Amino acid sequence: MNTTNETSSLKKRFRRNRWKYIFSDVLLWFILLLFFIPALWIILTSIRIRSEINAFPPVWIPTGFSFDSFKILFGMPTPEGAFGLGGEIPVISYARNSVIVALVSTTFALIFGTLAGYVFSRFRFKGKNGLYLGLMLARAIPGIALSLPLFIVFARIRLSDTILGLVVTYSALNIPFTAWLMDGFFRAIPKELDEAARIDGCSLWGAFIHVSLPLALPGVAAAGIFAFLTSWNEFALAGIITRTPASRTFPPALFEFTGQFVSDWRGMTAMSVLMLIPAVIFVALVQRQLLEGLTSGATKG
Amino acid sequence: MTVQAQRQDIVSKKGFSLQLPERHLPITLLLPSIIFIALVVGLPMLYSLYLSFTDYTLTSGSNFHFVGLENYKHLLFDDPMFWKVFGRTILFITLAVNLEFLLGLGIAQLMARAIRGQSLARTLMMMPMMFAPILVGLQFKWFFNAQVGLVNNILYTITGTAHLIPWLIEKNLGFISILVAEIWMSTPFMVIILEAGILSLPQEPFEAADIDGASGWQKFQLLTLPMLMPFVYTAMAIRSLDIARAYDVVSIMTGGGPANRTELIWTYVNRLAFTGQQFAMGSAMSYITVIFSFIFTYMLFQNVLKSRWAGEMGEL
Repeated sequence: MNTTNETSSLKKRFRRNRWKYIFSDVLLWFILLLFFIPALWIILTSIRIRSEINAFPPVWIPTGFSFDSFKILFGMPTPEGAFGLGGEIPVISYARNSVIVALVSTTFALIFGTLAGYVFSRFRFKGKNGLYLGLMLARAIPGIALSLPLFIVFARIRLSDTILGLVVTYSALNIPFTAWLMDGFFRAIPKELDEAARIDGCSLWGAFIHVSLPLALPGVAAAGIFAFLTSWNEFALAGIITRTPASRTFPPALFEFTGQFVSDWRGMTAMSVLMLIPAVIFVALVQRQLLEGLTSGATKG
Repeated sequence: MTVQAQRQDIVSKKGFSLQLPERHLPITLLLPSIIFIALVVGLPMLYSLYLSFTDYTLTSGSNFHFVGLENYKHLLFDDPMFWKVFGRTILFITLAVNLEFLLGLGIAQLMARAIRGQSLARTLMMMPMMFAPILVGLQFKWFFNAQVGLVNNILYTITGTAHLIPWLIEKNLGFISILVAEIWMSTPFMVIILEAGILSLPQEPFEAADIDGASGWQKFQLLTLPMLMPFVYTAMAIRSLDIARAYDVVSIMTGGGPANRTELIWTYVNRLAFTGQQFAMGSAMSYITVIFSFIFTYMLFQNVLKSRWAGEMGEL
């Protein structure tokens, strides 16, 4: 009864403001299109025929598709040969480095950041506020400001141009934000649950592992996405720490790609798509948790 | 409770028992995080602070001297570039953050009242969030290319005459181009958070306002906006931590050039330190960007911290 009333009142409201609603819908989809076109254009260009990409007058509707740009990127033979840039692109190395660095550093950040978040949400201890603030400030330091001292220090301790150097760096950079997100999530879980587990004979660690952590898993997923995307996409530090394909990840490789071979937009789009695929898959998998994670801090005010 | 808990800690039969006095537990669990951050951020930043008081360059080796505040003095008073770059950065951030917020709020409102396709809209909107800033810069560099760029091509198709507008080269157009890229990259984030906020607002006040005959603007101004503030704070806080991502975008689009016309404080660090190889001067410039970031973060973060720490500050 109540529901039908509500529906009919909504319908009435819609009928009264029909043009307003239609207008706002059209406007919305127009704006969304504007935001989506750049992404679409990159993907479309990577599979277009070579002659249509830089054609003038511009060819808007593709007459056919070709995966040659990807084949060239992976060093497979094509009728056209290589991009106009001589030498092979060690794309396999870039991909391998990117994946290892992003996954390992995300794992570290999740383990330590979650512990830190739990501590901040459950305990009161001396120096807590100072530590919290320090953590946030560490995250606020621009990558480019950190790049110079890291460049010098890593060169001395032989961490420059190694995957390990990047892993350590990104773990540290991702811990503060993970702690901040997890703090918010743990706060949303009633302390009484932990206490009840303790009374039932759980250790502190047991209460954390068996009670709080499972309830905060959506938060871990959200924090994981953020850590992954940060590591996967970071450029300012990666560009300085890595020098050779042995440790170079996609972002600095992409920079190099255009720096030297400005005209090859086709190769650039192919590499971009390669770089986008894992990010898109990752985000699509946990989109709901991501949203929850982002807004968890706000809802509890 | 504490005594009992401690005893139970010791007699715990579960596998994962950490045999530590409870007093030291918080700091023990925090220790790995602290060590990581101290090693990767703390120590290097201290080193950088020290370097900024010397005349160290790439080729100095161990032959360099302590010069006190000379580098900072040079940047602040003798370097004609510095204030130009600084002013441009303030203008850039002010425009970017405000435009992103207004656009984000507008789109979030439209999205929240969309009749269908909300979840598709949200997915499309999240696309730019997956783009690396370097990738955003790259694609806009291409779009704004004078000869083969998407923007000039669209202009050609619409007007029928060839426009070779040098988007990235002309002074003001270059600034606008990097601003567009920055807005494309960061607005979706605002939209996602603000839309979630709008959808979570209670409906009763709005129904009451409808009965009282409030206008749409009144409802927005007196109900939506005040209730949305916690979400605005969160969005702004996370935004403030990522503001320096603009470096990636600008460094690939224009590199701060041509002739420093689009230089921001972050690309200026790169120019001094790595292009010019003046490590000490670069360190001093780095510290200026760090202070800049701290102030900016503090401004946008303070309300979040206030709400997080509410009720705790007094107890400590």
